[in-house]
Amino acid sequence: MTYIPISPKERDAMLKTVGVKSLDDLFEAIPAKHRFPKLDLPPALTEMEAAAHLADMASSNENVREHLISFLGAGAYHHYVPSVVDHMLRRGEFFTAYTPYQPEISQGTLQAIFEYQSLMTNLTGMEVSNASHYDGATATAEAVNLAFAQFRGKRKKVVMSPTVHPQYREVIRTYSQGMGIEEAGDNSNVDLEAGPESLMALVDEQTMLVVVQYPDFFGRIYDYTKLIDDAHAKGALVCIVANPTALLMLKTPASMGADIVVGEAQPFGIPLWYGGPYLGFFTTKKSYVHKMAGRLIGETVDARGQRSYVLTLTAREQHIKRERATSNICTNQGLLALCASVYMSTLGKTGLQQVANLCYQKAHYAASELSKIDGFGLCFSEPFFHEFVLCCPKPASEVNQYLLDNGILGGYDLGKDYPSLANYLLVAVTEMNSKDEIDTLVEILKEME
Amino acid sequence: MATIVEPTIFELSSPGRLGVTMPASDVPEVALPPKDLLRSELPLPELAEVDVVRHYTKLSKFNYSVDDGFYPLGSCTMKYNPKINEDTCRLPGYLFTHPLQPVETVQGNLALMFELQDWLKEISGFAGVTLQPAAGAHGEFTGVLMMAAYHKLRGDTKRTKMLIPDAAHGTNPASVGMLGYSVVTIPSDSRGNVDLKALEAACDGTVVGMMLTNPNTLGMFDENIEKVIALVHKCGGLMYGDGANLNALLGIVRPGDLGFDVMHFNLHKTFSVPHGGGGPGSGPVGVSQHLVDFLPSPLVGIIEEGDDDTAPLYGFISPKNSIGRMKAFHGHFGGGLVRAYTYIAMHGPDGLKAISQYAVLNANYLQARLRDTYHIPYDRICMHEFVMEGQFAGSDIRALDIAKRLMDYKFHPPTNYFPLIVHEALMIEPTETENKDTLDRFADALIKIAEEAKTQPDLVKNAPSTTPFGRMDEVKAARELVLCCWLPENYEEMV
Amino acid sequence: MNTPSNLKYTKSDEWFDPSTGAVGITDYAQGQLSDIVFVELLVDEGEEVTAGKAIASVESVKASAEIYAPAAGKVSAVNKGLSDKPEILNSDPFGEGWMIKIEGGSAGDVMDAAAYVTYCEGRAH
Repeated sequence: MTYIPISPKERDAMLKTVGVKSLDDLFEAIPAKHRFPKLDLPPALTEMEAAAHLADMASSNENVREHLISFLGAGAYHHYVPSVVDHMLRRGEFFTAYTPYQPEISQGTLQAIFEYQSLMTNLTGMEVSNASHYDGATATAEAVNLAFAQFRGKRKKVVMSPTVHPQYREVIRTYSQGMGIEEAGDNSNVDLEAGPESLMALVDEQTMLVVVQYPDFFGRIYDYTKLIDDAHAKGALVCIVANPTALLMLKTPASMGADIVVGEAQPFGIPLWYGGPYLGFFTTKKSYVHKMAGRLIGETVDARGQRSYVLTLTAREQHIKRERATSNICTNQGLLALCASVYMSTLGKTGLQQVANLCYQKAHYAASELSKIDGFGLCFSEPFFHEFVLCCPKPASEVNQYLLDNGILGGYDLGKDYPSLANYLLVAVTEMNSKDEIDTLVEILKEME
Repeated sequence: MATIVEPTIFELSSPGRLGVTMPASDVPEVALPPKDLLRSELPLPELAEVDVVRHYTKLSKFNYSVDDGFYPLGSCTMKYNPKINEDTCRLPGYLFTHPLQPVETVQGNLALMFELQDWLKEISGFAGVTLQPAAGAHGEFTGVLMMAAYHKLRGDTKRTKMLIPDAAHGTNPASVGMLGYSVVTIPSDSRGNVDLKALEAACDGTVVGMMLTNPNTLGMFDENIEKVIALVHKCGGLMYGDGANLNALLGIVRPGDLGFDVMHFNLHKTFSVPHGGGGPGSGPVGVSQHLVDFLPSPLVGIIEEGDDDTAPLYGFISPKNSIGRMKAFHGHFGGGLVRAYTYIAMHGPDGLKAISQYAVLNANYLQARLRDTYHIPYDRICMHEFVMEGQFAGSDIRALDIAKRLMDYKFHPPTNYFPLIVHEALMIEPTETENKDTLDRFADALIKIAEEAKTQPDLVKNAPSTTPFGRMDEVKAARELVLCCWLPENYEEMV
Repeated sequence: MNTPSNLKYTKSDEWFDPSTGAVGITDYAQGQLSDIVFVELLVDEGEEVTAGKAIASVESVKASAEIYAPAAGKVSAVNKGLSDKPEILNSDPFGEGWMIKIEGGSAGDVMDAAAYVTYCEGRAH
């Protein structure tokens, strides 16, 4: 079926007004030999058939609500999403509108994103937030762009901790391949004993940006204050990639002195959705706002004296600054920024604190019980939030296969990214994991041959 | 003090008010991390569920959307977003699958992605497609990275210039800027085509390629497209197609057949993924055979062939000379790919062609109805959109005023002041999902506004007057830079 | 439009004071840009510049522009206060709105005030 609301009679009247005989006559500018190709695609489905077909395909997946008990995180987390969130997102006024270029008739989107910016600055402690990026990885790459622009290309080195999400580091490498940037610290040989300050050996007067993760990819919580002080002494900026759920409990990156705080806000109301779309948040200090990519909403008044909101500092962006812009980004993740805002408002301060506390408590219960199993153990002693590394008596890939055979989606196999950690499993626990589920995991692992 | 029409969620907050709460913990309690690792306060709003619902419902009513009415925003393809897509993309099998699950457990997702890659190839005439890019601009960046990698692998290191027509979207030069290339602007000729002489003069051994939107932002299909592509190829450059305007070409012509080497799709324009107030989009990229090895990693492929009895096993593959990863995980699966898949499946080959036929008919119909009232600088059969001047001889009414006045007639204004090569541009893209009555009402409104510009210019200059908000003070916003709000200062003492 | 007669002008709308070496944007340029909200100087004191080199980046509510050195020489001073009050470029482009001073430099392709006025009039459509 199609969604074309024009009857044959109307079509003929319109063709007459245009002055052509048939629809095909409208396409004479197109080279005749390539005009009207036969497309080899399946025949059209009705809505009823499409709904059934898509449901069939979806049901051939094993999902973490109906089929599998999941302890998998590593950058995408299974959290509870209050019912209100999707009800608000499904309002056509929000999801069928475009970028709020006409503020008189877009105040809904504009105020919602202004509130999103405010929620993110209050969460991270930073001074400004943009209207969002594609995801946590690209937000991190945009932090590199900011630093590059801030130093006007005079500093060209990025120091990345090896415990920043491997895919995020990969994206930074892709993004920066035309910029002549040197990347240091970005390797798969990770020394689990080395603290964050060991990164300083790589930081010099050429360093524009240091990137660390909080909690790090292995779940460890570090206070980066000393590292940031030392990096600042070398003139470098510091970007912290933060998990927003952890920020509900932990001291803010701003209080450690971070210059840029980015991350993946998927945990705030966005479904796992097989990896996207998610929500990259980007916050920084006011002094860097002109080098920040992405859309930005500011408060103002309208001609009637009413408080209102507009896209502001747009001359930074690609449609005006073209090849001199910090980034080519145009689209943000508007609807998902709304999603995060509704999630945070609905749970509110108390509900959010409960989520963070449940994640922390359950992860610690799981860690404690798992480490009691013969052959298993925790491989670091630093404080952690809701993710931790479990040492296994055999390769993590084999442990995961065994768990999967028993209906459990195990943790993330760290050997995929760090060859020396083939027996290490990154385990994530959220409020969605009941004590029963954790006990089941422990019981099944106890029985592993 | 400004009047507050709707307080922010921070202003609506009240200490101790509860919304959705979480169950009590079912595990033995352990101590929190040391105090110096904890935050001392969490200054976030406290509201009840009903407060939240009323707040966002009220905000939604300040928006104008496709569901509200006609939204002819040029180059944005604001077509109707089918409601069935909202249901299919929320099926539990899609919502609750983790991106790092073993491929054996997500064959439904991978089959959908594999098939969508194939469909997009067939629609566009390309040999390979990546679904990873998150939006059109992200796809452009992906494409330009592949062009750079192609030249680099051939040892062709002298190429540093990208040719871009003067009518191009700003994302084109900005994508090029991210690679440190320089931009050479190619003018348009009097029929709205690429100026062939200027193009020929710019083509040499330093050219990376050309980025061309076709139909371009004037809504014109380049009448010399094959010559343009031949000139770029002759000097060793690659041809990038900006797929922003693909809604004019479905089943009409395949960019790959014309000789384009790379093109991004905007699933949120052509394939009905809703625009979401500015995103998320989805920007897959198609490439011709000689660029397939450079596609981002990973792609969805068949890792174990099937036979008559068993389905193939889908998984991830890495192209040989891949530019790398563009984002975490696999693209905008749920919000982008599932909706686009549903849409294409429901249209089939004939339905897709009808989309473009009617998108073009609607644009030409509006152009014909407005031709006598507004000056159309490039006046020939247009594709899915056209550009007219929003100004009149002897009047100081500008395109901006006309755009604002349209709001009083309950229409979303067209794109204005773009493309830059038309003075006071109004760029109108009706899409195929509007009926004749709507188009007539819109044309009538524009004709009436042209009349008002003569008889009641102040009415037009002060528009809109019937919307909940009037024109904004953009200078104040940029000078004062109030970019976020907080809980009130005496919040804890509030009752 | 104000065009002091003691200054030299470029086609890209910078002014240059041969007696002091000061450089800025013209009244015409600030009018075209409209409300300027951001200025960033791209050169430091002591740096050598060639005529035509980008020395500053300016953004208004609606537009952005690069500002180029009208003369070659050594940057002897930069107007550090400018970034805190970019609106000065609108209100006093030839005075408080100076951007940098170029010492011992030779002017590039510049014209006098009368020629610049003619040039600007030629651009109005």
